[in-house]
Amino acid sequence: MNETELKALIIRQIGEIAPEIEPGMIGPDEDIREACDLDSMDFLNLVIALHEATGVDIPEKDYAYLRTLNEGSAYLAKALTG
Amino acid sequence: MPSLGADMAAGRVVEWLVEPGDQVKKGDIIAVVETEKGAIEIEIFNEGKIQDILVPVGEKAPVGMVLALLDGTSDDSAASPTMAPPEEPITEKPRPLGATSLPETPLSATHTARTPSPEPSVRLRITPAARRRAAEQGIDPSTISGSGAAGAVVLADIEAMLPKAATPMTSPALGEPKSRKTAIRHAIGAAMSRSNRDIPHYYLGTTIDMEPTLDWIEATNKERPVAERLLPSALLLRAVGLALRQVPDLNGFWEDGAFRPGDGIHIGWSVSLRGGGLIAPAIHDVDQKPVPQLMTEFRDLVKRTRQGGLRSSELTDATITITSLGDQGVQSVFGIIYPPQVGLIGFGRIHERVWASNGMIGAHRVIEATLSGDHRASDGHTGGQLLSIIDRLLREPSKL
Repeated sequence: MNETELKALIIRQIGEIAPEIEPGMIGPDEDIREACDLDSMDFLNLVIALHEATGVDIPEKDYAYLRTLNEGSAYLAKALTG
Repeated sequence: MPSLGADMAAGRVVEWLVEPGDQVKKGDIIAVVETEKGAIEIEIFNEGKIQDILVPVGEKAPVGMVLALLDGTSDDSAASPTMAPPEEPITEKPRPLGATSLPETPLSATHTARTPSPEPSVRLRITPAARRRAAEQGIDPSTISGSGAAGAVVLADIEAMLPKAATPMTSPALGEPKSRKTAIRHAIGAAMSRSNRDIPHYYLGTTIDMEPTLDWIEATNKERPVAERLLPSALLLRAVGLALRQVPDLNGFWEDGAFRPGDGIHIGWSVSLRGGGLIAPAIHDVDQKPVPQLMTEFRDLVKRTRQGGLRSSELTDATITITSLGDQGVQSVFGIIYPPQVGLIGFGRIHERVWASNGMIGAHRVIEATLSGDHRASDGHTGGQLLSIIDRLLREPSKL
């Protein structure tokens, strides 16, 4: 998956957690948790969903890299190629 | 119709999972009832054979109405109402506010065929084509907010309801009608007004050092697969459960002028719903379960609270409630007790603060814990004990 596909994946998984969020509503550099009002349980579910979809084992210390769509997709892309 | 909490006045039967002649045992799910809290699976608390179903699918019934008759297998030969409340009856009946029942609660997740409910004050505006299609599909058009002229329900509105009907019970809170939101606000308002009127609250607060707990979680989570990682909430929950064992005066109900202890430590966790409102379903026997199991049950409970599938016991059994507004960024919350419970524990955001301990100053992550107590059932002294035990337990997370 490239970064564009990963971005779409993140948006899709957010949609599973917060159904009222529409794809265009999250800016690429916006804080996802703030923009989508995700609590810690929602965020954990997002991490689990991303792990299941990509196979990347996202350790807790790396949660900060999933702050925005741009950063999150870059992080996952790097983990997939590295 | 069981009371699924102090804030419920009525419910609508949307599905029967049994029919006359079926044998049932305690804990079986026999029906699904739609309330302002969503579709709730109703468990039965007696054993026997279903004799008759009195309230058909689609009908709304006030709390206390007999839904079905059960032939008891015990010494009581007469048919007994199947839906007598749980072993400990909730004696404080909800008092409907103003009107005799809640506003019509639309079926949001299931569109079972039902007779149109009479709405004397508002005449439904609907186009003939839409009315025909609705009748074919068994949709009650009065539950739909129309997008046509003057709010009329048009064919497209009916069509829009159809795909969702294919996934009953699990469809998320997607595009719920506004009236659901109104109903839940009304229900919360009624329960909280009653609480504020009847319960003499006292409030306590303390700051708890979370460094030991968070360090332990971080170390533990490194070893755990993603899907099994722990959240601080699971440890807070566990600490409260264990502390209540030592301070049982805060675990139970105030009924008929006296305190009745809970039959276990069942902690209601206040879950905010996307789109507004909250529900505080119970996690049973918190003091008996290890942290990883609590975490699994907690995740499942939050999911079912938001997507449907809560069971009646989860809505009726809570012996105390926790409200955690940490994710919203507030530092502390002094809550209103959910009657007939006698205590509510609040947790704020985990934040960093200059902290002095053992003669040293450092930056520590801390959390504000608060207690709202019912002064009829306990005093500030007892409440203070509870908070200090929670604090002590969180200093040794590996023992939780």
